[in-house]
Amino acid sequence: MSTPHLQCHALTKRFGDHTVVNGVSFHIHPGECLGIIGPNGAGKTTTLRMLLGLTTPDSGEVEAFGHRMPADAAAIKAKLGVVSQFDSLDPDFTCEENLRVYGRYFGLAADTLDTRIPQGLEFAALTHKAKAKPGDLSGGMKRRLSLARALINDPALLLLDEPTTGLDPQARHLMWERLQQLLQQGKSILLTTHFMDEAERLCDRLLVLDHGQVIAEGTPRALIRSHLEPEIVELFGEGALAVQTELVPLADRVVVSGETVFFYTRSAQPLLQALMAYPELHSLHRPANLEDLFLKLTGRHIREGA
Amino acid sequence: MSSHAHLRFAFWPVFLRNLLVWRKLAIPSLVGNIAEPLIWLVAFGFGMGALVGTVNVQGQAVPYLIFLASGSICMSAMNAATFEALYSAFSRMHVQKTWDSILNTPVTLRDVVLAEMLWASFKSLFSVTAILVIMTALGIVTTTKVLLAWPLLWLAGITFSCIALIFNALAKGYDFFTFYFTLCLTPMMFVSGVFFPTDQFPAWVQVLGQFLPLTHVVALVRPLFFDQWPTQPALHLSVLVVTAGVAWTLALHLTQRRFKA
Repeated sequence: MSTPHLQCHALTKRFGDHTVVNGVSFHIHPGECLGIIGPNGAGKTTTLRMLLGLTTPDSGEVEAFGHRMPADAAAIKAKLGVVSQFDSLDPDFTCEENLRVYGRYFGLAADTLDTRIPQGLEFAALTHKAKAKPGDLSGGMKRRLSLARALINDPALLLLDEPTTGLDPQARHLMWERLQQLLQQGKSILLTTHFMDEAERLCDRLLVLDHGQVIAEGTPRALIRSHLEPEIVELFGEGALAVQTELVPLADRVVVSGETVFFYTRSAQPLLQALMAYPELHSLHRPANLEDLFLKLTGRHIREGA
Repeated sequence: MSSHAHLRFAFWPVFLRNLLVWRKLAIPSLVGNIAEPLIWLVAFGFGMGALVGTVNVQGQAVPYLIFLASGSICMSAMNAATFEALYSAFSRMHVQKTWDSILNTPVTLRDVVLAEMLWASFKSLFSVTAILVIMTALGIVTTTKVLLAWPLLWLAGITFSCIALIFNALAKGYDFFTFYFTLCLTPMMFVSGVFFPTDQFPAWVQVLGQFLPLTHVVALVRPLFFDQWPTQPALHLSVLVVTAGVAWTLALHLTQRRFKA
């Protein structure tokens, strides 16, 4: 297999007594999309900050393109493209000027930028907005401009922190399509996301992070297969909680969350048969997905304190 | 490595960024930076000047209007640099997250802080230049020695930019800057002899004044307006250069600490 674009080994970061990232190791190969998923406060953003040399790890190593972080930070960053969680576009500049000003931070020459800026705007489907300022753009356009800005130095590896949070379905699909194009060009992508459909669609491999540790790793399909029964029947509506006890023997595992009962099973037929006796209850039979895996591994309680 | 040769001047694209934004907003910012000091000058210079007549500078009786003009240009250099390195730099650092996006490129935090410092001193120099031009047109500046005030006021801009960046690094919000302006800069203007000679103050206030950088800027610049040389140029220059150096080191350290958190 080819040399990884980036690898990190046993990254650990403590803030005071709190260990935010604890022994995280992974690598990304050219053309590969690695997703980091985990609840709020799991350590995703701190991990990205360590990869960028913005936070120094208490222990562990980051290596990319044959260079060490943070010693060769400038050489590594010359080959990285970053889209951060919150848009940080320059509000006083037009789309075009945003790309030009950002390109200068990489020391790119004016004629290089003259070629790349129109290409970047076209890639972001923003050619018609070249002279508009970010304040006049929709949320999806702003994110695509951030992506075009991250591509101005023709990076080999993209770091994307929640690239589609807050976007409508059309804007998300356009973003995914563009990211897939970049992967086909041989660029690699590291992305964090809260959207399991996004992770399942884009990522070749996933890292599930919780409390600063990698608790599972693998392809989306393999992760689901190894941690979950293949089928799920959701039961909801008035009386759902009351009947669950007699249906429990028909499932491999039962989880109650709020007013809904989740039956995890290898074969749903007997359960669906039994449910026909309760026509007043609503049920949904579906294959297990990444969201089920995520909730199984990280629990159903809300993490808003972080 | 030649492909990274530009990194030695990595502060330049950041400086250029600020310059390009400013070019779009230059007219309103020019009015604020120049009109205010001139209004002070005209109101106090002509109003108070009529009451006061002349004051004493290095043993020479001089018109109050020019005394005030030579002090207020120092105050303008200080205020313009401070305002830019506090409010505007803080907007870019904390509110717009411009610094964060720059730090994802090969540009380092040191380059960004250096660019902000030089930018604030440049803006200060720009205000000072415009005011000097208007003062010349009004007949307040009559001697070529004032040309020498120009680089001295740039140095003042650098010193006050460095100091302001310390407060920028410590700030949680804009409110914090009010303390610096009202508790540090405003008293300094009075104690440093911008508006009136300091020899009528109690002795301890005069001693305190000797520790304030603005006193040394005024001591360097004011005599030039009266076609005289400053009496202790080496002392005053050293105070400004050392203050700038110490403040720069501290500002950089505190900013780096802020960004590591």
